[in-house]
Amino acid sequence: MVNFIKEFSKGLIKENPTFGLLLGMCPTLAVTTAAVNGLGMGLATAAVLTASNLLISIIRNVVPNKIRIPIYVVVIATFVTIVDMVMEAFVPDLHQVLGLFIPLIVVNCIILQRAEAFASQNGILDSIADGLGMGLGFTGALTLLGGIREILGAGSLFGIKLFGEGFQPMLIMILTPGGLMTLGLLIALLNYLRMRRTA
Amino acid sequence: MNLLIIFIGAILINNFVLSRTIGICPFLGVSKQVETATGMGLAVTFVMTVASAVTWVVQTYVLERFGLVYLQTVAFILVIAALVQFVEMVILKSSPTLYQALGVYLPLITTNCAVLGVTILNIDSKYNLLESMVHGFAAALGFTLAIVIFAGIRERLALADIPKPFEGFPIALITASLLSIAFLGFQGLL
Repeated sequence: MVNFIKEFSKGLIKENPTFGLLLGMCPTLAVTTAAVNGLGMGLATAAVLTASNLLISIIRNVVPNKIRIPIYVVVIATFVTIVDMVMEAFVPDLHQVLGLFIPLIVVNCIILQRAEAFASQNGILDSIADGLGMGLGFTGALTLLGGIREILGAGSLFGIKLFGEGFQPMLIMILTPGGLMTLGLLIALLNYLRMRRTA
Repeated sequence: MNLLIIFIGAILINNFVLSRTIGICPFLGVSKQVETATGMGLAVTFVMTVASAVTWVVQTYVLERFGLVYLQTVAFILVIAALVQFVEMVILKSSPTLYQALGVYLPLITTNCAVLGVTILNIDSKYNLLESMVHGFAAALGFTLAIVIFAGIRERLALADIPKPFEGFPIALITASLLSIAFLGFQGLL
């Protein structure tokens, strides 16, 4: 149980996939135009990550070493297809907004990296914990990024207006440059805090 | 005329990296030197053009004909992975010099979301075979253009005096952001 909590919690902050390992940049930048989009994308990725970690951990001793990567990719692609269909059925609006980026979860480096670096070498419980932790860490990062961009770019958070009529939203924040800029400044801020702590 | 619009649109207006934010990983990862960036761009151009054609054929004559459209993601990623492996072998046999130049980047292309992205976009936009290939080729040229410009800037940045917390990724992201603002200027072109 101690191990489970350890594997779960490391993805949240210390080895956060977005801010620590700098993985999975495409969805991070593309869909975080609003907090709710970031949350949706994060949860979809977390679901795929946990499921693929679980299955890959189960089959890890059967898979021939030479063709393991294609096998992992097929496993991941299958779960992405399932998530895609579930989202289309239950949250069609969000599915519409995320669009192309749902099938692109397949090539999200986080998932393949966790399969290769963790699930293929660890037991089932640990792999689930790792998948959940990494997935929720990713979700948190995306929601944070989406929240900042939504507040500055649209003057709202989760669709609720925060400011009065006089607020002029910075449109650039919800365009591509705003995403790159916000992420760059956030990582710089984290670097600064880390340096201050070690100094 | 339609082909020209697709071509210009994919390079400048809907530039994959700087406007659609697809293919950011290699854009940030393989852009430290102009030379390697050019190599990566060429390899991606080749794979994306061929992948556009092959996936279009697979979608039209296999998946749609047999009612297997729900397998699109799985089928496409397998086609791309096989294609990259095949291209690698052909280049190794036919031109060892080119292989030397591109070799390291070829396996990376499988997980480049620009390739999977362009093939799915082709299908979603209902392009025909020729339009798909032009779109794939132009999108890859746009990727090459962006990564080469970016590598040029980063070569200069390596010599600049940057505040400590901004070193590495943050300054690269902020540079990419400014580059992306410049590309916003193409929005009204067509």
